[in-house]
Amino acid sequence: MAMLEVKDLHVAFPRGKHDEVEALRGVSLTLEKGERLGVVGESGAGKSMLAFAILNLIAEPGRVSHGTVKFNGENLLDLKERQIRDIRGNRISMIFQDPMVTLNPVLSIGVQMMETLRAHRKISDKEARALCIAKLKEVAIPSAESRLDAYPHELSGGLRQRVVIAIALLTDPEIIIADEPTTALDVTIQAEIMALILKLCREKDVALILITHDLGVVAEVTEKLMIMYAGKCVETGPTRQIIDTPRHPYASGLLKALPQHAGRGTRLYQIPGSMPPITNLPKGCTYHPRCDFATQRCHGGEPDLVNGVACYNPLTSDSANRTETKTEAET
Amino acid sequence: MSTPSVNSGPIVETKGVEVRFPLPTHFLSREKPVLHALNTVNVSIMPGESFCVVGESGCGKTTLGRSILGLNSPTAGEIYFRGQRIDQMDEATRKPVRRDMQMVFQNPYASLNPRRNVFETLAEPVRHLMPELSANEARTRVEQVLSETGCDPSWQRRLPHEFSGGQRQRIAIARALVTNPAFVVADEPISALDVSIQAQILNLLTELQQERGLTYLFITHDLSVVQHFGTRVAVMYLGQVMELASAETIFAEPKHPYTQLLLEAIPKLEGGSFDKPRQPGELPDPVNLPKGCPFAARCHMAQDRCRQERPQLRGLPNGTEVACHFAE
Repeated sequence: MAMLEVKDLHVAFPRGKHDEVEALRGVSLTLEKGERLGVVGESGAGKSMLAFAILNLIAEPGRVSHGTVKFNGENLLDLKERQIRDIRGNRISMIFQDPMVTLNPVLSIGVQMMETLRAHRKISDKEARALCIAKLKEVAIPSAESRLDAYPHELSGGLRQRVVIAIALLTDPEIIIADEPTTALDVTIQAEIMALILKLCREKDVALILITHDLGVVAEVTEKLMIMYAGKCVETGPTRQIIDTPRHPYASGLLKALPQHAGRGTRLYQIPGSMPPITNLPKGCTYHPRCDFATQRCHGGEPDLVNGVACYNPLTSDSANRTETKTEAET
Repeated sequence: MSTPSVNSGPIVETKGVEVRFPLPTHFLSREKPVLHALNTVNVSIMPGESFCVVGESGCGKTTLGRSILGLNSPTAGEIYFRGQRIDQMDEATRKPVRRDMQMVFQNPYASLNPRRNVFETLAEPVRHLMPELSANEARTRVEQVLSETGCDPSWQRRLPHEFSGGQRQRIAIARALVTNPAFVVADEPISALDVSIQAQILNLLTELQQERGLTYLFITHDLSVVQHFGTRVAVMYLGQVMELASAETIFAEPKHPYTQLLLEAIPKLEGGSFDKPRQPGELPDPVNLPKGCPFAARCHMAQDRCRQERPQLRGLPNGTEVACHFAE
């Protein structure tokens, strides 16, 4: 049994009095101890929704309408609020995008760290302080002792995100969910922070769910990858395999559109159009209006995730055309 | 190409441009704190180029673009457009120049007036900067630019909120091009957009450049875009140009330690960039700039000289200009 097992998760929001729209439309994943999973997609694809749903944090009026989230065999969605607090922020920690929003601006770093500790452990002030300093040192914050009394505005963006990571690590979690942890940071600081997260996960055997829109970052950090589009997973598998030989046309399009792949001054591959809003999804495969390989079948029904790819005409290393005719013949 | 220039020299040139922003003074203090946004910046941009300015937040790249367009005025130095000095012009003499120099901003959600429809947004620069056009000609002009930038003519009566991010950025580009400028400052034009949309906008900018012979000043923090798009690159750090080279050279032979750091920091599909832990790097305070090289505190090659003496740009045999005492 996997440490974390998410099965057929749906999140719905009400539209009008009797109708609902689904932000997440049946997502499943498994995560083993120490495994690093990347979740990639555009804004609105449901990446953050997935993270929130795993921790049962979907705010009203939204709700998890279907599915299970099993953490060591226990369904988190069945737990009472008091019970899930034992897990959330303790055994599963989160790191959010903007450290200035995550940290409370009127409390010192030390107060915020100790608050987290006391919520989950019975611990004396002295021990708590020592543990906080140790964690700040672990994330390579210079002069950790004196930083404990600093306020968030006194730190740079990179140091602030290091503090957030230190807080996430305080309770020795089994899983860290990092939602775009470096998007608000500069490139050189992003490299520092990602290198730190990678090192800590490896050393402590912590599992990671890394949510990002940057394929380069997942290629650097994760072993497993999930590509989301319009509330569904369209391709999943080993990161290296998807990056080298993507099978879903959307995954392949994203990779081809990266500027480092095209020669100078040449035209970049571009995916036409944009992702449909969840309130107005096209019939059939949600990607077919933008897809180069769409056939009649794609207009009709939505493909299920089979062998890690949700496509009727997945790309192979052979020509895409041959795959197309083959699937047509099967149907 | 299509733009006859007065001479064959640079279309835009800055000479020793400095921008300082005074900060609020404490009422008990006699000190007058000043933020050094740009320090003696000399760049010359040739016609038809895609001149890229790269650097991290706070390095002055946007201030440089805005200063060239006269959106903030330099505290020292000179700015030339086609050989004509423009930084001290008054608004009336500047007006004909504005028509030739336009800007595309980073965030298309903030740069379009939400209460104006697309036609009004595009017609305003025409009315102000091309008064010789009749109302009918102005309308034709707007329609023509919309179709050239891949916008549907039916969008004209619609408001910005009806469009996606990529469509809005197309409208913003159309607004910049409606006066038929020769020089466009594009300030992070794709960084607010989704990955699958970025390629669309980059392609559009390239096509428009080829059709119209545009010159771009392209401001970005993303070096992989520069590699694809740029002809020459200026790498900036704390208001100073650290390295200036052609795009090919800067990727093949980065000379400044800061440029090298930036290149190493790009996440790569092949992996391996994040494997060694890095110490936290800190930007010095732009209010109390260090006396020496601004990068010295993060530099692995820094020596005493770097902390004492600020390096100036100097030429290297491969054509790169670099502001470092020890780069070779």
